Amino acid sequence: MGALLQVDRLTVALPTRSGYQKAVDDLSFAVDAGEVIGIAGESGSGKTITALSLFGLLPHGARVTGSILLDGAELLGLTGRQLRAIRGRHIAMVSQDPSTALHPILPIGTQLTEHMRHHLGVSKTEARSRAAGLLETVRIPDPEQALRSYPGQFSGGMRQRIAIAVALAAEPRLLVADEPTTALDVTVQAGILRLLDRLCRERGMAAIFITHDLGVMSATARRLCVMYAGRLAEAGPTSQLLARPRHPYTRGLLDALPHPEAGSAPLVPIGGSPPSLGRVPAGCPFHPRCRYAQQSCATDRPEPEPIAEAHLLACPPDPLRLTS
Amino acid sequence: MSEPGGRGAACTEEPSSPGQQGATREGGTSKRPGGERGQQGASEPVLNLSGVAVDYGRRGRRVRALDGVDLSVARGEIVGLVGESGCGKSTLARAAMGLEPLAAGTVTFEGRPVPPLGRRRRPEYLRGLQMVFQDPYESLNPRRKVGELIADGVRLGGGSRQEGLRRAAELLERVGLPATAVDSYPHEFSGGQRQRIAIARTLVTRPSCLIADEPISALDASAQAQIANLLGELVKDADLGLVLVSHDLSVVRQVADRVAVMYLGRIVEIGDTDTVWGSPRHPYTEALVAAIPRADGAGLLPVDLPGDVPDPANPPAGCRFHPRCPLAQDSCRELDQRLVRVAGREIACHIRSASGSVARVQPSG
Repeated sequence: MGALLQVDRLTVALPTRSGYQKAVDDLSFAVDAGEVIGIAGESGSGKTITALSLFGLLPHGARVTGSILLDGAELLGLTGRQLRAIRGRHIAMVSQDPSTALHPILPIGTQLTEHMRHHLGVSKTEARSRAAGLLETVRIPDPEQALRSYPGQFSGGMRQRIAIAVALAAEPRLLVADEPTTALDVTVQAGILRLLDRLCRERGMAAIFITHDLGVMSATARRLCVMYAGRLAEAGPTSQLLARPRHPYTRGLLDALPHPEAGSAPLVPIGGSPPSLGRVPAGCPFHPRCRYAQQSCATDRPEPEPIAEAHLLACPPDPLRLTS
Repeated sequence: MSEPGGRGAACTEEPSSPGQQGATREGGTSKRPGGERGQQGASEPVLNLSGVAVDYGRRGRRVRALDGVDLSVARGEIVGLVGESGCGKSTLARAAMGLEPLAAGTVTFEGRPVPPLGRRRRPEYLRGLQMVFQDPYESLNPRRKVGELIADGVRLGGGSRQEGLRRAAELLERVGLPATAVDSYPHEFSGGQRQRIAIARTLVTRPSCLIADEPISALDASAQAQIANLLGELVKDADLGLVLVSHDLSVVRQVADRVAVMYLGRIVEIGDTDTVWGSPRHPYTEALVAAIPRADGAGLLPVDLPGDVPDPANPPAGCRFHPRCPLAQDSCRELDQRLVRVAGREIACHIRSASGSVARVQPSG
C-alpha cells in the first residue's frame, strides 16, 4: 500500500536580501494512512515551511523543487483553484495560535459550516447539525449555544478545540498540527493531545505534529523526524529515538529538556543557537554546535542513511552508536 | 530548606508592622554573601508580600485577580510561581514590582514599602528590585544600540554615559555575550541572546531581587535551558532573590528552591520544590504534575484536567478548585480554604489536610 503523503526531496528556497536561501533542503518523508508522525526541531529548522509547502501557502516568491504526492497525486505546481479543492478537504491545518486561526467577528457556526457546505455540498441544516456534532466531539459544552457565539467568548483551550473542529469539518484524511499546544497551559495541552489522539484513532485520520516539545511528541507520534537547519537529522520510531537518540542534535534536544523525575541538576543546553537563513554552515549544519564534531563534519554533507529498521541518521561518524 | 516558606515567614513576623521589620532586615540582607541553599531558610526576606490583593476592572465588573497572597523571597533563593493562565501569577509579579495598585495588603522590598507606579519618580531604593519581561522582542527598544539600552541604568543612577558603556560591556560578558555587542542593535540577536541582553539590563543597578515573568517561554528549547541556567547562576553568584513566574512546570522544577502553585488568585500549595513536586498534596498540584508530557518514548498521554479556570469575576464559593476537583465533597462548596502545614509544605485543601495540624486563616482581601 502506498503512503498517503509522500514528500520526496523537497527543497524550498525563500527570497532574502542576499538572494535565495534554502529553508528546507532535500527533505523526504512519508505518512501512511492513519499514521501519526512528528516533526521536531528548534525554530528556524524549517518545520513550519515544510508544513506550509503542503498547503501551497509559502511566502510569495518561494522556489520549490522536489515532489509532494498526496495519494499519488502531485501537489506542487497546482493552481489556486485546484489547491482550494484539496485544502481543508483532504489535508487540514491546526495552527499554533487559536486566536488568529478563527475569524473574530464571524460566529463559530458560520466558520464551521462554510467548509462543509463548500467541500461536501451538504445543506444548511445538515451542516448545522454536523457542526454541532463536531463541537460535541471536541467537547465544547452546549454546542448549540456555541454555534451562535464568537471566538472571543471562549478561553484559549476552548478556541483551540474549536479550531480543531473547523479543521475536521470536511473530514480530511491528513491533519497538520503546527505547534497546536504551545500557546496553551499544560493541563489544557493534555486535553488537546488526548483529543487529537482520540480523533486520529476513531477516524483513521493521519496527522503530522510539528513541535519543538519532545514530550508532546512522545505522547502522540509513532514516528519522529528531527530537523535541523532545513535538513533531516534523524528519523525513526519515537520510542527508539527518545530512548536511544543517535544524532547528537537529538541527544542535545533531549538533554536540554528538564525531566520531571530527575533531581535539580542543571539543564544541559546545546551551546550556540541554530543558524539563520543563509548562514547555514558547510558540511553538517550542526557541526559548529556539536561536541563530537570531527574534521570531516565541516566539509562533508551528511545524507540520511538507514541504520536500522525505519531509522534514518544523517551523521556518518555516528558517535552515539555505542551509547545507550 | 526545611523552613516553611512564604507563609511561615509572614507568620513569624507579624505583617502588620512593615516599618519595624525593615530596620532589622536591612542589616541581615546586605551582609550575606553567596547564599548557600541550606542557609536561606534562616535569612530575612528581601521581598515580602503580605495579604496582597489586586483588583482589575471598571465600576460594574470588578475582578479580584489576586486575593490575599502572602509570599516572601530571601536572597539567594529562587521562588517559582506556577499555575494556569489567568491564575494571577503575572499579576502577582507585577504587584510585587509596584506595577499594579494594591486593593489590600503590603509589599515591602528590603523592609521598605514598594509604592504603586505613579507619576512621581520611583524611590531610589527600588533600584535594587528589577524585572525581566517575557518577550525580549518587545522589551528592548529596536532603534537603540544594546550598549545604550544597558547604559541607561547607569545614567539614571547618576553615572556618565562612558561609565555606562563600560559597565554594559562588562555585563554583556557576564551574561555570556561578547562585549562588542554594545554596538549592535537588538534585531541582530536571537531570542535567547535578546533575553540575555534584557537580563544584563536589569543587572546594571546591582539588584538584590529580580522578578522574571515568563522569562523563557518565548524561547527555543535549547535557549530556554541556557537562560534558566543563567538565572540560576546569577542568583548564586550575586546572592539575588528571584521570583520566577512560569507556566513551564518542568523548568521551575529544575531551578526553583521553593515553588508556589497558584489557582484563581490564591496560593494553593507552597513549599520546597522537591517536596511539592515529589509528592504533591493539593489535588490541583497533582493534576498539574500529571499533565506534563514526558519525553521518555513510552508513548503515554498526559493526564487531562477537565474544565477551564473559572471566571475570576465570579469565583466559585468555598474552595475555588472544587468544580474541577476529583476529591470534591459537599463541604468543599462551603468551606473557604486556608493554607495549612502538611508534610513539609503548606496546602489549601481541608480534605487533604484533615489529618490535623493547626489551621491558619488565609487573609482574604
